[in-house]
Amino acid sequence: MASAPIPAYNSSPLENSSSQNVSRENLKMEPLADVALLPGEERMIDKDVMYICPFNGALKGKVFITNFRLYFTHTDSTFTLDVPLSVISRIEKMGGASSRGENSYGLDITCKDMRNLRFALKQEGHSRRDIFGELFKYAFPLSHGLPLFAFLSQEKFEENGWNIYKPMDEFRRQGLPNERWRISFINSTYELCDTYPTILVVPFKATEEDLRRVATFRSRCRIPVLSWIHRENQAVIMRCSQPLVGMSGKRNKDDERYLDIIREANGTPKLTIYDARPNVNAVANKATGGGYEGEDAYQNAELVFLDIHNIHVMRESLKKLKDIVYPNVEESHWLSSLESTHWLEHIKLVLSGAIQVADKVSSGNSVVVHCSDGWDRTAQLTSLAMLMLDSYYRTLRGFQVLLEKEWISFGHKFASRIGHGDKNHADQDRSPIFLQFIDCVWQMTKQFPTAFEFNEHFLIVVLDHLYSCRFGTFLYNCESIRDSHNVRTKTVSLWSLINSSTTSYVNPFFTPESSRVLYPVASMRHLELWVNYYIRWNPRIRHQQSPVEQRYKELLALRDQYLKKLEELQLSDSTHMTNSSTPNAASPNQHITHLQTPF
Amino acid sequence: MLSLGGGGAKSTKPSFVSYVTPEVLSPRLDWEDFDEERNPVLKHTQDDLSQRGIFGTLLCTNFRVSFVSDETPLEEMTQHFKNKLYGENDIPLMCVDNIYGVYDEKKKLITKGMLKNKCPSKMIIHCKDLRVFQFCLTYTKEEDAKKIFQGIAHHCLEPKSLKCVFAFSYAASSSPEVQRSQRTVMFDSKEDWTQEMKRTKANLRIVGYNFWMKYGCAMFKASTLPVPQEDGLMQGYMERMLHAVAHTHLYSLKLEDLSETLPTIQDIQQSYNKFKQFFLIDNSTDFWVSDVKWFSTLENTGWLDIIRQCLQKAVEVVECLEKENTNVLIMEEEGSDLCCVISSLVQIMLDPHFRTLTGFQGLVQKEWVAGCHAFLDRCNHLYQKDKECHSPSPVFLLFLECVWQMVQQHSPAFQFSETYLTVLSDSIHVPIFSTFLFNSAYQRESTMKAEAQHLQRGPLNCPAVWDWSVQFDCKAQELFINPLYADKLKQDKAIRKVPRAKHQRQLSLPSSAFKTPPKKGFFKDETESLKKMLRVKRISRWMASPDSPAAATREFYETWQRRPLDYHGLLLPCLDGPAMRLWMQRYLRWIPEVQILGGGPVAITSMLAELLSQVQDLRRELDMRSCWETEAESLQLRPGPLALTRTSLRLSSSFPFASNRNWTFKPAIPTSLLQSLMVTDRLASQEDETNEVISLV
Repeated sequence: MASAPIPAYNSSPLENSSSQNVSRENLKMEPLADVALLPGEERMIDKDVMYICPFNGALKGKVFITNFRLYFTHTDSTFTLDVPLSVISRIEKMGGASSRGENSYGLDITCKDMRNLRFALKQEGHSRRDIFGELFKYAFPLSHGLPLFAFLSQEKFEENGWNIYKPMDEFRRQGLPNERWRISFINSTYELCDTYPTILVVPFKATEEDLRRVATFRSRCRIPVLSWIHRENQAVIMRCSQPLVGMSGKRNKDDERYLDIIREANGTPKLTIYDARPNVNAVANKATGGGYEGEDAYQNAELVFLDIHNIHVMRESLKKLKDIVYPNVEESHWLSSLESTHWLEHIKLVLSGAIQVADKVSSGNSVVVHCSDGWDRTAQLTSLAMLMLDSYYRTLRGFQVLLEKEWISFGHKFASRIGHGDKNHADQDRSPIFLQFIDCVWQMTKQFPTAFEFNEHFLIVVLDHLYSCRFGTFLYNCESIRDSHNVRTKTVSLWSLINSSTTSYVNPFFTPESSRVLYPVASMRHLELWVNYYIRWNPRIRHQQSPVEQRYKELLALRDQYLKKLEELQLSDSTHMTNSSTPNAASPNQHITHLQTPF
Repeated sequence: MLSLGGGGAKSTKPSFVSYVTPEVLSPRLDWEDFDEERNPVLKHTQDDLSQRGIFGTLLCTNFRVSFVSDETPLEEMTQHFKNKLYGENDIPLMCVDNIYGVYDEKKKLITKGMLKNKCPSKMIIHCKDLRVFQFCLTYTKEEDAKKIFQGIAHHCLEPKSLKCVFAFSYAASSSPEVQRSQRTVMFDSKEDWTQEMKRTKANLRIVGYNFWMKYGCAMFKASTLPVPQEDGLMQGYMERMLHAVAHTHLYSLKLEDLSETLPTIQDIQQSYNKFKQFFLIDNSTDFWVSDVKWFSTLENTGWLDIIRQCLQKAVEVVECLEKENTNVLIMEEEGSDLCCVISSLVQIMLDPHFRTLTGFQGLVQKEWVAGCHAFLDRCNHLYQKDKECHSPSPVFLLFLECVWQMVQQHSPAFQFSETYLTVLSDSIHVPIFSTFLFNSAYQRESTMKAEAQHLQRGPLNCPAVWDWSVQFDCKAQELFINPLYADKLKQDKAIRKVPRAKHQRQLSLPSSAFKTPPKKGFFKDETESLKKMLRVKRISRWMASPDSPAAATREFYETWQRRPLDYHGLLLPCLDGPAMRLWMQRYLRWIPEVQILGGGPVAITSMLAELLSQVQDLRRELDMRSCWETEAESLQLRPGPLALTRTSLRLSSSFPFASNRNWTFKPAIPTSLLQSLMVTDRLASQEDETNEVISLV
């Protein structure tokens, strides 16, 4: 555990008074009650500022900085901002001491969640120096040798979310191991592959030695391992990284044999390899030692390119999207502007790739999915295909298992892609791959509104905590690093928060249908911009509960009320009856309880 | 079946063939004449790339083109939304939009002049309700094929006279009892207008509108008077009305010339023509090709923007009435196109009565039918080629589109459903209903009279479209009701009324009442003199407001939005880009590629309906036990629409349309993906991990 428990809400601002000025301000103390600090959260600095709201104009108020959040409250408390610091990707000073114009001196904050914040300060006495310093320090703790907030948090929840995913349980649920697939502990100390989890499922026929040899031919030793198996037809989804073919067109007999063993496992005549990249990129990869499975080397395999672009293209696409939705929604040519961001086209490509994978598997063919390293596009494709094929993953907890398994344990580089606590906002490793995946999931929930147990709010909360650093769930690049930082013992899991009180995350329309494969329609006619996420800061977008949902809940309540009333009536009927004659058979439930009491 | 990459759609071999000519041709309407003989043809189904066909017989009557399949029809179960007049394989002649012939793999638009030509190997019919039929004629005897092709083309492409419209033979042979819809106010008598005046006065506490309404009423009746008297008469009315405004009202008047600010009806026609093309899809390859640039394609048609402009204008008018207590006089050249659109929209926004089913139907009667919208010309029912003097234009459809946007955004405020609007839009092209057949009430009365004389019988009885039982049985009509509609009763409890002293006068009616007569050219000259008169009354400051209207209405919208949403109060649409949506049900319902099996909004509305009927059953049981106090009246119960789906069969997102098609369980996999995303950026060729290739600064 972390250091001695700090009593919650204790944080006396005087302890860390960075300036006289601040503590004097705090003597007033009145807006303090507003900020309900998290256990482990400490206040750092307060300041009178002007929040330049892009929708309501300049708002006078006070900003509070803690080691977790930025909190702004308008003087008359009608408006507040509550932003976790780690959502900040960039802080800039705007204007100088001598710049002219109203509200021209202050801070400009760029956030990872599709908004910018702008504060103006008084133009005298370097008023922004201290606040800038504190913000910079706590927004980017890793760049200042400080721990992420998840390690400071003292939050307690009823449930321990770290227990949601146990790899052995999950494989057992899928019916593994069986006579063709075995559990391998070869990676138990991460010596085969440092970005893979410790427990892997591999073909029964492949020996540990085989695995080691295959690892030499796969980028970063990410060998093909099983992600999911179809219960009836035993077709599997395997994931891996690209083969190290290189310019010379190297071959590796072990790799070729290994893939053939996979094919044989359920007697598929052809194994389908889905390379998520566009053909040209796969070819270009040969120059850096990578490549793809050549036809002559892998005779029993067919290779399909899925044309999904790389992380840089996705990053730029999201950047363009932000430009047209924040702060103001592009008015005159909304549709063509939306099209020019290509965001939805990328969504379409990812979805249609996953559809192809799912379709192949449900018709009985095993597939291998990879991109370059097998931790971005591959994770998107396998997890989406699994979501289409397996209704378990469409439940609230099943989805958590899916994320823990395909994304977190298989080494999607969350730390690099999000840049938790890191000041280098222009890092080329950053990319909204996970956001794109959640968007795809949202598109599916839109098309199949009764098939998912979780609702839109849940997806938004997941995305918020992807950036918040309040929980350990999305920290670090892979399991081995997570282990070395003792994330499981020193931080709280996001699923602890979610599973301790699930009501607000549950879709009332959820109707479980276990054997159903969901094929969303990956056409631009159906794909739409996720307005409630991307444009949620705009007050013109009305955030109301969907009327259908509201109505449904009302009716459910009414039904319960009627049922209760009916039960009461039946009860009173039956007591009348028992007084006079034989009990009425109409209320069996009542009988059972009556009968049981004597024993 | 799956096919990746383009060009794989050429195989046109039918998978099985049967040549049984059916003995009974059903369903057939008694009053139809069979014009053309039955001919065996092959109808292609669009469902997949293999282009499987169904053999059957094609026939053409004076009402419809009909395809009778040789296959045994699908079970009853899937047929719960059946139109009694025409089935899924029937095309009312008036509904035919274009006919194409395929000659040697080339698709050509068939025009009158081409009838003598060689018979095409394939005939493609595009319908106004956006269905696409493909008939292969190569399996038919050359002569028969030619005969049926020419017959159909003749019936569909030749200009007709009004007399020949099917409605008259229908009316002549249908039962003579008065089928007048009881619930819908038709606004064809003085009583109806008086009634409406009373209603609005009572509900909205409007003072001083009787005056207006009387003139309005008189004006509409006036248009049925013989033409020579009209001008003078109207002139008089105009002047008296203006004086009335100027003198007896404390409010100012704003003049809104729609022809200056809104697109012309020709623009509307052009835009819609472009727009609809993207939904008339012949095959899967075309579908995926057009998917690539879908959003910009939609935008380039301008159709959604025209809808937005109309809603925007309506909001502006509402703002004047509501916020500034200013009367608005809307006008345009003929006063019966965009005036109808705007005034109807304004009334829907202001008055919850027009958001009920009967209220809405009454509104269409009042503003469009009695308001003399030239349905006959605008819908081009007679297929007149002379576009100059008839200017076809889907103005009424545009109005329905606007209403749909409102329904989409504020569903609980409307008693009718999206399905209702879709069906209404289809009914425009069913030549049975008097509602959409005439240019004016005068024309209707005179034509009907003449026709009755011609047929030497009593008054003809053309049903109004509001007689929904003509088309649908009761069960199907339940789908017209929106299960989300929030009753007034409940609303009152839920939302406490905010006293609005300033807004008590919800001036909804002057705009509607002040209409110009349908005669052409009349108002054109009047506009200038009107403006002059208005200037004299020193209200010219309204004429040209310096502020941009968009910015002003945005503020108005935002103020409205900040208040708690009252579904029975003023209702405004959001006009932001993302809020303007495509009417998916109407436009995508026949396209197999976009069907979501077991998904779409119907998946939840059917659950809602199911729960609703459960609750009703419980309620009934409780009522039977009679000791139930009416404390929980909070939810007023209504018959469960959609309850017919309780069989919980898997519905497709196109429900209730195209329901008897066998949607494939196979996923639709986009083809032509590569063209879709030609990212020419250097980023595209970059590696994921920058430690390998560093090329960016």
